[in-house]
Amino acid sequence: MFDPIPWLILLPLIWATLAFIYGPGRGGRLAVAGLTLQLALAAILAQQIVADGARVYAVGGWGAPLGIDLAVDGLSAVMLLLTQAVAFPLAFYARAYFAGNAHPLRYFWPLTGYLLAAMNALFLSADVFNIYVTLELLGLAAVGLVAVAGGAGPISAAMRYLLATLLGSGAYLLGVALLYGVYGSVSLAELAPLIEADAPVAVSLAAALMMLGLMLKTALFPFHFWLPPAHGGAPAPVSALLSALVIKASFYLILRLWFDLFAPIVNVTAAQFLGALGAGAVLWGSLQALRQTHLKRLVAYSTVAQVGYLFLLFPLATGVSSEVAASALQGGVLLVVAHGLAKAAMFAAAGAMIAATGRDEIAGIAGVAARLPLTLFTFALAGVTIMGLPPSGGFAAKWLLLGAALASGQWWWIVVMVVGGLLSAAYVFKVLRQAFLPAAETANFKPLPRMLEWPAFLLALASLVLGLGGGEVLSLLGAA
Amino acid sequence: MSLNETLPLLVLISSLLPGLIIFTLPEERHGLRSLLNLVGAILKLLLIGYMLWGVMHGEEYVFRHNILPGLDLVFEADALAMLFVTLSAALWFLTTLYAIGYLENSPHRSRFFGFFSLCVTATVGVAMSGNLFTFFIFYELLTLSTYPLVVHRGTEQAMRAGHVYLTYTLGGGALFLIGTVWLYGLAGQVEFTPGGMLATLGPEYTGQLQIVFLLLIAGLGVKAALVPLHGWLPLAMVAPAPVSALLHAVAVVKAGAFGIVRVVYEVYGVEFAQSLHLLIPLAVAASVTIIWGSLRALFQDDLKRRLAYSTISQVSYIALGVALFGPVGTIGGVVHLVHQGIMKITLFFCAGNYAETLGIHKISEMDGVGRRMPWTTVAFTVGAFGMIGLPPLAGFISKWYLGLGALEAQMPWVLAVLLASSLLNAAYFLPVLHRAWFRPRTEAWPEERIPMQNGCETAWLLLIPPLVTATATVLAGLFAASAISPLDWAKLIATREYLHWVP
Repeated sequence: MFDPIPWLILLPLIWATLAFIYGPGRGGRLAVAGLTLQLALAAILAQQIVADGARVYAVGGWGAPLGIDLAVDGLSAVMLLLTQAVAFPLAFYARAYFAGNAHPLRYFWPLTGYLLAAMNALFLSADVFNIYVTLELLGLAAVGLVAVAGGAGPISAAMRYLLATLLGSGAYLLGVALLYGVYGSVSLAELAPLIEADAPVAVSLAAALMMLGLMLKTALFPFHFWLPPAHGGAPAPVSALLSALVIKASFYLILRLWFDLFAPIVNVTAAQFLGALGAGAVLWGSLQALRQTHLKRLVAYSTVAQVGYLFLLFPLATGVSSEVAASALQGGVLLVVAHGLAKAAMFAAAGAMIAATGRDEIAGIAGVAARLPLTLFTFALAGVTIMGLPPSGGFAAKWLLLGAALASGQWWWIVVMVVGGLLSAAYVFKVLRQAFLPAAETANFKPLPRMLEWPAFLLALASLVLGLGGGEVLSLLGAA
Repeated sequence: MSLNETLPLLVLISSLLPGLIIFTLPEERHGLRSLLNLVGAILKLLLIGYMLWGVMHGEEYVFRHNILPGLDLVFEADALAMLFVTLSAALWFLTTLYAIGYLENSPHRSRFFGFFSLCVTATVGVAMSGNLFTFFIFYELLTLSTYPLVVHRGTEQAMRAGHVYLTYTLGGGALFLIGTVWLYGLAGQVEFTPGGMLATLGPEYTGQLQIVFLLLIAGLGVKAALVPLHGWLPLAMVAPAPVSALLHAVAVVKAGAFGIVRVVYEVYGVEFAQSLHLLIPLAVAASVTIIWGSLRALFQDDLKRRLAYSTISQVSYIALGVALFGPVGTIGGVVHLVHQGIMKITLFFCAGNYAETLGIHKISEMDGVGRRMPWTTVAFTVGAFGMIGLPPLAGFISKWYLGLGALEAQMPWVLAVLLASSLLNAAYFLPVLHRAWFRPRTEAWPEERIPMQNGCETAWLLLIPPLVTATATVLAGLFAASAISPLDWAKLIATREYLHWVP
């Protein structure tokens, strides 16, 4: 029987390599074709998971421990679907964005292909060492993408990012080595039953190192120093990919480690600590976003804040009844999806506004409401999800998290979520307000190609519709 | 899906779809845009007419869609919903006519009418929500869709008003959200049920339920402009006149008041709310607002500002009626939902006419305007008399039932509030009328934009809507006893809410 699992990794590798050989023009078309197939494959896979449940695929017929196992369950299917669904419209957007600008495009398609292959492989990996390999690949491709446009700013941002990502995977690898030393295995399925509440100190150390490395890669406050320059300085399609997807990959791993591998040894104190860092991220990120004068920097700091929301799910899902924990986890995953779609739309819309006005300050977008209504509408719709207002996916996620916080009596997280929501409204409306002001006399609006507006709009619309169809995502997540 | 399930959706779509299409229309497609607007508005009225007939004959219109486990989106056209839906649809139609005339040749009309339709969709959604969650969704949508209307002119003043508006409403929305999630945690799905649904919770929840009530009312009170949460309303009057008219008469302010009605009657249940000692504080808050709004209105020279303060005062009649324990008070509050709507929209239409035709924004500029614009001033006079509560106008009916309700609830001090408020109403409306009718004009109009032609004082699209609503104000009072009056419908609602109540 035909199995979509290996193709989700092979396809992007193939088109990335071909794009490198054939150059940007044909490469772009190949990427679009490849991504169309990938999206279809991810959808088929998701359907299979809902119908038949989680499964394992032995690469080349050689299963672990000799060969490599790939595994899919509800959570990884959700992530795979999200990845392809965000990357697909962004491919059209990138073609329009880089049109007539061959130099960055030459490396954009191959790097994006490798990035997606690494990410899909990461979601499919079934052992902690393969995860390390994919994590390293993902980091390197992402760093390359940040530097793709050249110039002093992006290069220095990329170097900073490189440092963070190498440190992160280094810490993670140390943890893997410790685990292997204690148990003699790297397979998630084999390790999980071995780790018990009375595990040796080395295991706790391994867990701490792995978590720390991944937190650095997820840009959790106070490890977010690398994110704003990297995401704010990269070309818009790259920012969208990085903010929407790449940080979610390491967050996905944190979820895996916390809820599957290290579930017996995690405790409430650690969860509250993660939650506190998350709260710090929500407040600090939102306040910084409010202070920015450059549009993409503002959106980048908004990502810092939204990452904080994700980490609130750990205190809400640890040491509480299983019902509350389930609803907190559902809320967290829904937020990952909603934020992925909305943030991609937001960066794409910001990029379109900057391309049209030729200025990257927030002050420069006055008059956009009249000239680029669709793009502004996109930004506003994405903003609705970021603010967590109904009927968006962000709202459904927040509803579940708030419900979990109330049910477990942890009212302090409610305060964080509500204050964070209001602060995010403040920075989203800071942009919208500016767009409604009359344009400056000197403003010179360039007409935009349709493909710079519509893909972003569709992404924003998807984040909104998610609020009404969130049940579908949750049933996929719940498929065991 | 059966017809009874689709009808509530169709009512929503009849304004949502034209709105979305209008966004994509280029500025100069004036005719098509107006056509879409009017077709949508008329279609909505027809659908609602059909549903009204059905509700009277015991039909049920319910649409249900599951969003998350244990969380449904529910639209239900019950008697209370139909009251508000009918009001918004009828006034939307008139305001659309008015806005077409008002915005002639001004920029960004597609954007304006697009958000205008979204705003009405949100209002109708608020009206037909079948549970607290659905209500919250549309309550927040209303905030988002009215913001672009408030800042429509793009001036510094409008931007500031928009900023204040958002700060208040989003803050209120956050409180309301916490209250809603809390209630869902305590009681599962909070469906709107006549007689309330929380009375089954044991006495150990009393404290929590009181806090939740406070959160919900604070969230709703922002839009209903209960003092001290009213600060945004006088600023928001910088919006174009049709927006002010809609904001003050049906959309935002009314959504808040309507929410208070729903929460007290159909979430807590009026008897249960009374047993939790929640009604007296609400009555006090409403009374303070009534007096404070009227007092502030006295000192405004800007006509729209005076009307805005008057709204603050008048809308709280609804909350007051809700807080008076007993069916008569309920009737007074619920019927005022409609009566305040038609009277206030008349006044705002007229204020818009003065500004648009002659450039009059201030009351001190109104000397002798009755001679130049007799029909507008007649409509204004009817609206103002209605607000004061002169018989046989609509406002009198509301005040009469509120007064009786106060006696029934054994709260005679409310009578003093009503009396003081009526006197204050007279004190701030009569000088305006005196200037308009009896002072001679000595100087030129500030800015005459629409000249007198063929004996018509202003553009006919601007004149028809206030005359229609002024007529409605008279009719609603004169024929209050008939079977199709708002009063009769309010009585129907009151009987359903007090089904289990034995006086």
